[in-house]
Amino acid sequence: MTNEDAHRLVLEIIAEIAPDEDLGDVKPEINLRDQLDLDSMDFLDIVMELRKKYGIEVPEEDYPHLASLQSSAEYLIPKFKSVSA
Amino acid sequence: MSGLAAGIRLAMFGRDVLILERHNATGGLNSFYSFDGRKFDVGLHAVTNYVDMGVKGTPLGKLFRQLRIRREDFGLCPQFGSRVAFPGIDLRFTNDFEVLQAEVAQKFPGQIDNFRRLVREIESHDAFQLEGKEISARAVVSSYITDPLLADMLFCPLMYYGSASEMDMDFGQFAIMFNSIYREGFARPLDGVRRIIRVMLARYRALGGKRKMKCGVRRILGSKERARELVLDSGEVITADHVLSSIGSVETERLCKDLPAEPDQAKLGQLSFVETINILNWQPKEWGWEDTIIFFNDHERFIYARPRDLVDPRSGVICFPNNYQYGEGNQLPEGVFRVTCMADYEGWSTLPEESYREAKKYWHERMAQKAMEFMQPVSQETLDASTLYRDMFTPRTIKKYTGHLGGAVYGSPQKVKNGRTRLENVYLCGTDQGFLGIIGAMLSGISMANYHILRKT
Repeated sequence: MTNEDAHRLVLEIIAEIAPDEDLGDVKPEINLRDQLDLDSMDFLDIVMELRKKYGIEVPEEDYPHLASLQSSAEYLIPKFKSVSA
Repeated sequence: MSGLAAGIRLAMFGRDVLILERHNATGGLNSFYSFDGRKFDVGLHAVTNYVDMGVKGTPLGKLFRQLRIRREDFGLCPQFGSRVAFPGIDLRFTNDFEVLQAEVAQKFPGQIDNFRRLVREIESHDAFQLEGKEISARAVVSSYITDPLLADMLFCPLMYYGSASEMDMDFGQFAIMFNSIYREGFARPLDGVRRIIRVMLARYRALGGKRKMKCGVRRILGSKERARELVLDSGEVITADHVLSSIGSVETERLCKDLPAEPDQAKLGQLSFVETINILNWQPKEWGWEDTIIFFNDHERFIYARPRDLVDPRSGVICFPNNYQYGEGNQLPEGVFRVTCMADYEGWSTLPEESYREAKKYWHERMAQKAMEFMQPVSQETLDASTLYRDMFTPRTIKKYTGHLGGAVYGSPQKVKNGRTRLENVYLCGTDQGFLGIIGAMLSGISMANYHILRKT
C-alpha cells in the first residue's frame, strides 16, 4: 500500500460519512479538521469504518494519528500490512 | 425516538440490536395516531434545530451524518414566524436570528448589549459535553439580562419546549434550547412526525435491526453491578450485553428488583401538560392567525411550575401546524389549532371517568379563550361552528405514550448527561439523559450508543 492508496482510502470513508463535504482539494499535510467540518463524532465513524471494512483497530489513544491524511497514512500503512499478512 | 436513533447507530456497525416498545406506536412523546381518518401528532409542534441546507456544524447536520440519512428524506419545511407574547409586548422570532436580535434592540434598547453578551456566553458553552455539573440558568441569564421581563420572555419558549425543572433550568440545557429555538429554528414535515419516524424505521430495518412492539420490559435481572437478562411483559426472558433505556431514570431504576417500591421523589418530574386540538374548516391564515407558534403569558412574571389546579391557563403555547412553508400547492387539508398549558398529573389521574370528560370539555373552552387574548380573536360560537373535530390530551395521555411516572412530559429534573446508571452495562438515553427536543432526543441516542458501546471494542 502506497501513501496515495492510504489517502484515497481515508477520503473514501470521509465521503461516505460526510457526503456534504467537498473533498476535491484536501491537502494531505494539513489537519483534516482545519479543512473540513469534521467533529469527534465523525472521527469515531472513520475509526468504526476502518474496523468494519478492513478489520483495523484504532484504540482511542491513537485517534490523534488520524489528524491529517499524511499522519493517517503513516499510522495505517503498517496496520494494513499486519492485517493482510 | 432516542432508542430508534441508537438502534440505527448500533445496527450500522454490525451489532445485534432489538428495540422493545411497550406501546403499539413508535416515537414516545413524539408519536402519532389516527382517528376518524385524520392524522395527529402526539407531541410535536415543531422540529427544532432547523437550519438551511449548507449550514455546517449544527446538531441537525450531525444527526443526518451519524444516521446517514439524506436531509431531503425528512422533508423539513421552515416556519413562517413565531412570537413570545406577554402583556402589552411581543418578541418575534423566525429562523433568522437577526429578527430576534432586532426585536430585542427595538423593545429593550437598554438590554441589547447585555443580550449580545449572553449570546457570546452561550456560544462559548459546550452544551453537548457529557460530564460536568449543573449551573442555574436563571443565575447566569440574570447576570447579563437585568430586565426580568426580557429574561422571562426568553425563558418562556425554552422552558415550554424542554425543561423538566420548575422555575429554573440547567444552563447547559438552556444553551441547547436557546440555540435550537432562537439561533436555529422551527420546521415541520408536511406529514408531521410520522414522516421522520417512517424514515428512521426504514433505515433501522435495512440495517437488520429488530423490533418488538407492545412488549415492554418488566424486570432487569443480574448482579448488583451488571444486568444479565431482561424479563419482558410477555414473560419471555432475553439476554443482552448492553441495555440502553429511554424510559427514564427512575423508571429504569425501578426495573432493577432490589430497589424500594416507592420512587425517589426528588427525581420525579413534576411538569405535565394538557393540549387541546381543534380541527377547523378554515385555514388559520384566513382568520389572521399567521404565526407558527405563540408562547404566551398573561401574568406579571412567568411561572413555570406544576399548577395547583388541573390547568394553569395563565401561560401556554399556541401552535398552527398549517403555518409552515410547505411550498406551492401543499397544505394540510384542514386547519389545526393547538393550545398547550401546564397541568397537574395528580389531579387529572384521580378524576373519575365522568368528571374527567367534563374537565376536558371545560378546560378545552377556557384554554381556547385564553389563547384568543394573544391573537386575532373569534367568538366561542364562531370557533365551535367552525370546529369539525376536537380532541384533548391530558397528563394521562402523556403517561400512556411515554410511560413517565407522574405524566412528566420532560422526565426527571435530574438529568444524567453521561447516561450512567447503577449498573455498568445499562445506560440512559432520551429525555433523562438530557439532550432536549426531537433532534436532541435522537442525538442523545446516538451519543450514548457511541460513548458507551461503539467506542469500546
